[in-house]
Amino acid sequence: MLFGIHWDTSSDLAFAASILPILLRGMVITIEATVLGFFIALVLGLVLAVLKAAPTRIVSWPALVVTEFVRDTPLLVQLFFLYYVLPEYGIVLPAFLTGALALGVQYSAYTSEVYRAGLEAVNRGQHEAARALNLTTTRTFTHIVLPQAVPRVIPALGNYLVSIMKDVPVLSVVTVLEMLNVAKIIGDRTFNYMIPLSMVGGLYLILTILASAGVRYLDLKLPKIGIPLK
Amino acid sequence: MSEPIIKFDKVVKRFGSVTVLNELDFSVSPGEKVTIIGPSGSGKSTVLRILMTLESINDGVVWVDGEPLWHEERGGKLQAASEKHMHRMREKLGMVFQQFNLFPHMTVRRNLTEAPIRVLKLSKKEARERADRLLEMVGLQDQADKYPHQLSGGQQQRVGIARACAMRPRIMLFDEPTSALDPELVGEVLNVIRNLAEEHDLTMLLVTHEMQFARQISDRVCFFDRGRICEEGPPSELFSEPKEARTKEFLRAVVDPDSAKGEKQASAEG
Repeated sequence: MLFGIHWDTSSDLAFAASILPILLRGMVITIEATVLGFFIALVLGLVLAVLKAAPTRIVSWPALVVTEFVRDTPLLVQLFFLYYVLPEYGIVLPAFLTGALALGVQYSAYTSEVYRAGLEAVNRGQHEAARALNLTTTRTFTHIVLPQAVPRVIPALGNYLVSIMKDVPVLSVVTVLEMLNVAKIIGDRTFNYMIPLSMVGGLYLILTILASAGVRYLDLKLPKIGIPLK
Repeated sequence: MSEPIIKFDKVVKRFGSVTVLNELDFSVSPGEKVTIIGPSGSGKSTVLRILMTLESINDGVVWVDGEPLWHEERGGKLQAASEKHMHRMREKLGMVFQQFNLFPHMTVRRNLTEAPIRVLKLSKKEARERADRLLEMVGLQDQADKYPHQLSGGQQQRVGIARACAMRPRIMLFDEPTSALDPELVGEVLNVIRNLAEEHDLTMLLVTHEMQFARQISDRVCFFDRGRICEEGPPSELFSEPKEARTKEFLRAVVDPDSAKGEKQASAEG
């Protein structure tokens, strides 16, 4: 029994059918962790990208160092650090939040590079026209450069959405009850690992295919030149 | 004599080891229409880019409307200008780019209203009215809701001109406005510029390769060579009787490229 749902071990098929609702509960956690982690990666990545593009080294250097550090250390190390070390300094976060934060921070290093490439791809003439029209630097960034950069980076960002989803099982080591962890618990208790783990694989396949299709749809739908601002 | 509205005082501009402007002295009176011609790399576009604060200077002083553009007076000395100062100075200037540089994610009308609303603090209604009037002036009143990529190059450049005009600058800078256009689209853009040139208050600085057009609209033509003004004068004089050898050579090459190196023909003409 897990989440108050009992399993039926009379036959393989009945077993699979009975644990599906349990796995789906895990899948909800997986999706939640993915969405939250991706959101953090999108926001933090943009902040890092902007800082890295800053003209003064005092600003750009720390951002570069943070990016490099995060990118060159394993996710598991960061996760353990957040989960076991932060509480020593009085910062106690629930396992789920810790996990989503670790995913978000790790992936912000990657998304910041994607943003940077996208921002650099915006024609220099756009900056010059904005300057000639006397727009402020902030206004130029938020209303001229960013709307043109974002559509170009959506496919690359979308790939990271799929990657984050596939990294969520790492959170099982800090007791987050995502899909793989749920399947493992079922296996531990029934001594049948084959069926729950295969089902996790299948469910993951469906999730990633759907996510990829969604990203591709978005990419086709968005105009290549920029998001028109109303 | 009125004070010059633009004055370059021994301005030096270097890109790395290349000196683009070599102690340039140059001035323009209010309302004057000046065309700058010259071979590529002679620094003619750099003059406009410095005025629009897109390019800094290494030495000398640029004066616009009686104030230094790149400097501020502090403690009786000229020091590097703050962004605030340049922001104020830029209000006097407008620029039309070779590559149009319209904002591709905004409609034509939004291209024209963005800066007036944000910078000049016009109301949406005022900005819209101003935009529509300007679009009518450039003959594009029907295209206001389109995006730039739906327009031809000539139409895009006319929007570019209207966008610069929307800020009501006193000085308009045209940086090779027709160089990126197909030949059959050049005329419509030149007509718009010609109409603007008839406004007496507007000071115009035009870099172009359209010699015929320069002859028609300019009060004065400056021939730039190696970062300096090699020769200048009214178009009738400069085009018909250039004095400097470099000017003659350049004009010959531009007017009839085939005979650029033909010594025979040159001497026959002379």
